[in-house]
Amino acid sequence: MRYIDEFRDRGLVKGLVRDIESASTRKTNLMEVCGTHTMAIFRSGIRRILPASVNLISGPGCPVCVTSQSDIDRMLYLAGRKDTIITTFGDMLKVPGTESSLEKKHASGADIRIVYSPLDALAIAEANPRKKIVFLAVGFETTAPIIASVISDAAEKKISNFFVYCCHKTIPAAMKALLETREIRIDGFLCPGHVSSIIGSRAYEFIARDFNVPCAISGFEPTDILETILMLIRQKKDGRACVEIQYKRAVQEQGNVKAKEMMDRVFEPSDGDWRGLGVIHDSGLKIRKAYRFFDATAEFRIPALQAKEPRGCACAEVLRGIKTPRQCGLFAKTCTPETPFGPCMVSTEGTCAAWFKYNRN
Amino acid sequence: MCLAIPVRIISVNGTSAEVDANGVKRAADVRFIDNPKAGDYVLLHAGFAIEKIDRDQAAETLALLKDIYYEE
Repeated sequence: MRYIDEFRDRGLVKGLVRDIESASTRKTNLMEVCGTHTMAIFRSGIRRILPASVNLISGPGCPVCVTSQSDIDRMLYLAGRKDTIITTFGDMLKVPGTESSLEKKHASGADIRIVYSPLDALAIAEANPRKKIVFLAVGFETTAPIIASVISDAAEKKISNFFVYCCHKTIPAAMKALLETREIRIDGFLCPGHVSSIIGSRAYEFIARDFNVPCAISGFEPTDILETILMLIRQKKDGRACVEIQYKRAVQEQGNVKAKEMMDRVFEPSDGDWRGLGVIHDSGLKIRKAYRFFDATAEFRIPALQAKEPRGCACAEVLRGIKTPRQCGLFAKTCTPETPFGPCMVSTEGTCAAWFKYNRN
Repeated sequence: MCLAIPVRIISVNGTSAEVDANGVKRAADVRFIDNPKAGDYVLLHAGFAIEKIDRDQAAETLALLKDIYYEE
């Protein structure tokens, strides 16, 4: 078993869609809160084979997209300094800040390097002792334990020129905030598979219990996603709300204990600033005092900057699920992957990028 | 960004492992994995194995799906 092809079986897909059709008797809004799910859903064409009663809505699941404009501007400030090398995942490069982007800064001479792993960023720090290396840490609970490990490694190796600009965010807090706005009716959440590999299914129990909204943790292949949709529709139909695990091969109730311990050792909960959702209490992660040395906000005096979001850009509404990209006046006209106005068109996991690629007309 | 791919562990040396990612050899940090062994499948994200893939659970999911939903 290679854990991919088996979960793309045509016969299984057909059977699952047949059962979704017969179970889905009324309009159901299901939200995915993971950009990797958004892409998997579009790429596999699942939206086109579902009955019209099942409405899939993309939520705030793309880490690059939910990074606030102020954070982007502060990253750009750091990139503009002569003493830094910026290390980042590639998706951040084209995100427009108020006045520039990392790509433009790079073109005008800033040292910005794309890394596959934060371990590579630490290696760059060791190889360039005269420079200050800043890693731009965006991501949810899948990524946070990895960054925590690298910070812990840097402490152990006594590396003195490695810093992290930390924008980590936690998903259950955003789901709660979305439900509390009551802007949109959500009948069920497709919970993110790999975030859940780390945090476990228990982390969502309050959503099912306190808000009476069905949750199911999904894998990323077509039969995974269809089975999850069926689980959610059945919960709703039976008047139940609980947390089911569809992605059992990679998710346990308690999550990955070692990874959670590492995350807790280095980070503590803090207010997170989300594009589209604003500041949400305890929805972010900040570096604990014991590791403060590695915190870029402690190392560099970042001036107060006036962040402005691009005029006419509906990323904020798209991230809350209250607008589809096509309801944005810029979509596919002036805003394209080549000339993006907002991050949802930039990131490969952004909702606008997905609609542009697979559902433009 | 939360993309993680199933890879097979080839060898383990402390908290580092060599893995086979669909034919390509790569390094993976396996510090989050309990008792990693050659032959185990893990999910690889940003250079780290974030979780072991449970073979029995995968087989059970597929068997159940085939039993209930398979349509020619």
